[in-house]
Amino acid sequence: MSAAENEKNGDVQSASEGAVATSGDRLVDLYREMVLVRAFEDACQRGFRQGKIGGYLHLYTGQEAVATGFLEAFREGDRVITAYRDHAHALLLGADPNEVMAELYGRGPGLVKGKGGSMHLFDVENGLMGGYGIVGGHIPLGVGFAYAQRYQETDHITQLYLGDGAINNGAFHEAANLAGLWGNDGMCPCLFILENNQYGMGTSVERATAQTDLTVKFDAHGIEHEKVDGMDLEAVIEVAERAAEHVRETGKPYAVEAMTYRTVPHGAADFFEKYRTKEEIEKWRERDPIGLLEKKLIESGAAEEEKLDEIKDEAKERTNEAVKFADEAEQPPIEELYTDVYAGEDEYMGEK
Amino acid sequence: MAENGKANAETKTYREALREGMVHEMENDESVVLMGEDIGVYGGTHLITDGLYDQYGPKRVMDTPISEGGFTGAAIGMAMLGMRPVVEMMTWNFSFLASDQIIQNAAKVRYFSGGQVKVPLVIRGPNGGGVQLSAQHTHSLENMYGHFPGLKVVSPVTPNDAKGMMITAIRDDNPVIFLEAGALYGTKGEVGEGDNAVEFGKARIAREGTDVTLIAYGRQVNLCLRAADALEEDGVKAEVIDLRSIRPFDEDALVESVKKTHRAVAVQEQWRWFGVASEVAAIIQDRAFDYLDAPVIRVSGAEVPAPYARNLEIEAFPSEKQVANAARRVMYMEEK
Repeated sequence: MSAAENEKNGDVQSASEGAVATSGDRLVDLYREMVLVRAFEDACQRGFRQGKIGGYLHLYTGQEAVATGFLEAFREGDRVITAYRDHAHALLLGADPNEVMAELYGRGPGLVKGKGGSMHLFDVENGLMGGYGIVGGHIPLGVGFAYAQRYQETDHITQLYLGDGAINNGAFHEAANLAGLWGNDGMCPCLFILENNQYGMGTSVERATAQTDLTVKFDAHGIEHEKVDGMDLEAVIEVAERAAEHVRETGKPYAVEAMTYRTVPHGAADFFEKYRTKEEIEKWRERDPIGLLEKKLIESGAAEEEKLDEIKDEAKERTNEAVKFADEAEQPPIEELYTDVYAGEDEYMGEK
Repeated sequence: MAENGKANAETKTYREALREGMVHEMENDESVVLMGEDIGVYGGTHLITDGLYDQYGPKRVMDTPISEGGFTGAAIGMAMLGMRPVVEMMTWNFSFLASDQIIQNAAKVRYFSGGQVKVPLVIRGPNGGGVQLSAQHTHSLENMYGHFPGLKVVSPVTPNDAKGMMITAIRDDNPVIFLEAGALYGTKGEVGEGDNAVEFGKARIAREGTDVTLIAYGRQVNLCLRAADALEEDGVKAEVIDLRSIRPFDEDALVESVKKTHRAVAVQEQWRWFGVASEVAAIIQDRAFDYLDAPVIRVSGAEVPAPYARNLEIEAFPSEKQVANAARRVMYMEEK
């Protein structure tokens, strides 16, 4: 089975089947958010090629509807944790684009003071408990958040994002097992959001596992699940609201596999993409989540083309402002090297 | 060095002292929970948590599946949201399976989040050998964990310290690697009543002396004390320093002692290469070079995976004789 056909595997929820009640105005707002994420990341790519952004850079281009849709179900006090493809999650939760770009530029006013870079965006005040760089390594943490949320007798939940590449990792299976187990006692309100972009770096799902229906992996741990078309924002919202509600009410984990596609390379330095064809990428670009939403907004009369162009221009402007801010911001002061190693008075042990 | 909280002391085992430290904090703070393999219904492989499941129930004394990476990671997540989990590694040998979580998440997440989160977590369990568990169940991991900034690493040897350092570890806002002297769980000593918190980063003079400094931590401290007895017969007064804490590390205590004795022997159960004793030797030459009358000698375990047979195991770890002879060597005396 080719990766492009992978979405046909199982029952994929689509908007036409789902009872969607997202208003036109709200969809326009979400369009604005998605377009900002896209414009922001286009600027990241340019910054990377100019040498302004160092390290690794993993873009979310093509996958925007997933986080945008699921974060519609986010309520104050909820927590979000994801891997290293984390720019969208930070921006959608309300992080200042200037601070996010400053982080990528390695500047002092960066979201995490220039200490983490692209892979480690944190905005705890807004619910983002971090981006993490080791595939699968963050999953047990998210399950722990969910236990704490119930132990502390709140009705908050954790949205735990992971990629298809993480699902064959021991950390996933150990954490999912705990989630299922603790969920039996109503102690694990964890919503697993499996962003199946069909490639773990350059290795397609069918080259990574014999069980290509990835939701089946959750069955092994007693976690209920479903699939959704991750390119269709309205479908994602419908599933997200329902799944989040279920998790919040029951304290049990639940998993949604969002079928999606990264239309840019895995990392910004990965130019050649030997693992997939141009035709496959083109085919998926036709189902680009922003393009699909645009079409829907125009057809339904929720917005005119001019309005959408205006939104795109605003996003570019906002992005340019962020780039300017980052470019002009000071580097972190050298003293910052020695802070935040330990909590408490002695933040650093060693010679300076 | 002050013996904390010993005014009202009772004789207890190392095992009881550990349990008492945990109970003390569980009584004070609802956010403290215990997790680990068979620590609840079963009472703990080493009975450290015996009785606590009945006392606090399954939400606070959590039996976990055999899944070190998973439950250690989950505990890190709980700690990031304000809980204070105390995780039992049934033995530290199993922590290799959790080392990605400990090193990549617990130790670093505060730093790479720019200080937005903290990880008040204790991971505890028996460290080191001496009970014929052979290769896969015998490691001394203080140098491995002591290497990583972001972790604190402690290794108490007396029952009083076992309790007092447990209290301090649970109150600490950072991940603490709590290395227990597993071979000593049944040993007894005086333990301070109530809150006998022992500050990290302060070494303890286990025996005062003037002629040579023997430096150790964990159960090797007791070995050094026995060697000091043997040396006394030769008229040598050995000072024994119990480091207690590997990170933070009490450099001053070493330096002060060596300024007095001018000679030092560092003892460790672990392998010599890249071990704590090497760090001790380096610190002494760095800060007390002019006071030294002999090179610092390291006494370490044999460079082999731990064997099973009792005689081979004994041979694999530092002996009283080796320590006493090392002291004689730095005294330029004849070895026995």
